[in-house]
Amino acid sequence: MPIKEFIDILSLWTLPAIILIILTVALIKKVPIYEAFIEGAKDGVKVSFNIIPYLVAIIVAISMLRASGAIDSLAIVCSGILNKIHMPIEILPLAIVRSLSGSAALGVFSDIIANNDINSYTSKLAAIMLGSSETTFYVLTVYFGAIGVKKYRYALLTGLSADLVGIIMAIIVARFFFG
Amino acid sequence: MNYIWYFLIVISIIFGAVNGKLNDVANAIFSGTELAVKIILTLLGIMTFWLGIMKIAEKSGIVEFLSKILNPIAQKLFPEIPKDSPIIGDVAMNFSANALGLANAATPIGIKAIEGMQELNKDKESASNSMCTLLAMNTAGFQLIPATVIAILAANGCNNPTEIIIPTLIVTSTAFISAIIIAKLFKRVFPPQKDCEVINAD
Repeated sequence: MPIKEFIDILSLWTLPAIILIILTVALIKKVPIYEAFIEGAKDGVKVSFNIIPYLVAIIVAISMLRASGAIDSLAIVCSGILNKIHMPIEILPLAIVRSLSGSAALGVFSDIIANNDINSYTSKLAAIMLGSSETTFYVLTVYFGAIGVKKYRYALLTGLSADLVGIIMAIIVARFFFG
Repeated sequence: MNYIWYFLIVISIIFGAVNGKLNDVANAIFSGTELAVKIILTLLGIMTFWLGIMKIAEKSGIVEFLSKILNPIAQKLFPEIPKDSPIIGDVAMNFSANALGLANAATPIGIKAIEGMQELNKDKESASNSMCTLLAMNTAGFQLIPATVIAILAANGCNNPTEIIIPTLIVTSTAFISAIIIAKLFKRVFPPQKDCEVINAD
């Protein structure tokens, strides 16, 4: 499988190559790289501490929501509509959770592929949905937490709207390729 | 954010009670704090390392170089950021890291970009338009190759895991472009930030 090999090499080399390029260019330009690294790294420590309160607030709320079984209840209530739009019921928790928590989304995805044929439409749809997602709540919390912004204005609404576009597109594309 | 946080917690408690899982919900408070600390610890290391590397990239002129190349696009996406500002270079590197699937590098670099935007921000408590656009770009999760998902599919005996690459790319590109368009639409609908506070303080 040449595509698979190409991807493996690409994933193996991107990170080392980027670091190598940055350090080499810096050395040619006579930047004191070690001192520069320490200077930047100090900011990293400071910023991480700023994020703690924001992250605790949102992660606790999301953990509570997941433990309450509210997402599963919603899936049962919506099962009629889901059938009409060709979305298997077990996909709904993934569609919701992928905006809330990255590790939870991975867990839900593992459940789906364990309970369905790996080559089935459901598994492929789940894979596309997970592969095209970013944890919107986490990203907003970390970025705004780092700089102390408390009013998100339209940032959350934008993120969630785009997530919805992603969910709808995932269903359309999965139907087209694998349906 | 106040309402969303309240909503998440109230829904959890009500559904926890209805589903007889109130005990789990209470335990989730503690497991949640634990998870948050774990994430912070990982983030602490990653942030420290990548902000160090980014400082080197900045001092060697790489960030500035990227800013200059991408200036025409940047002016459209981020009209509030001055021409040739290093923030554009940070945004470009954040986008590239995301596209290459280097989430660990993308977050610290993105935070560096938003810190730059905060310096230009008039109301430090609320998000500027540039910040909303940056976050739209980040929450859409644009990625060229979903390496993690392919690895999981392959590990679970999928015949041809790489066949999800093209469909995923279509979805993620559409979501990415929609995110930017939606952000630009909301920018017109939502009330602008109040920028007169400094004047009032005088």
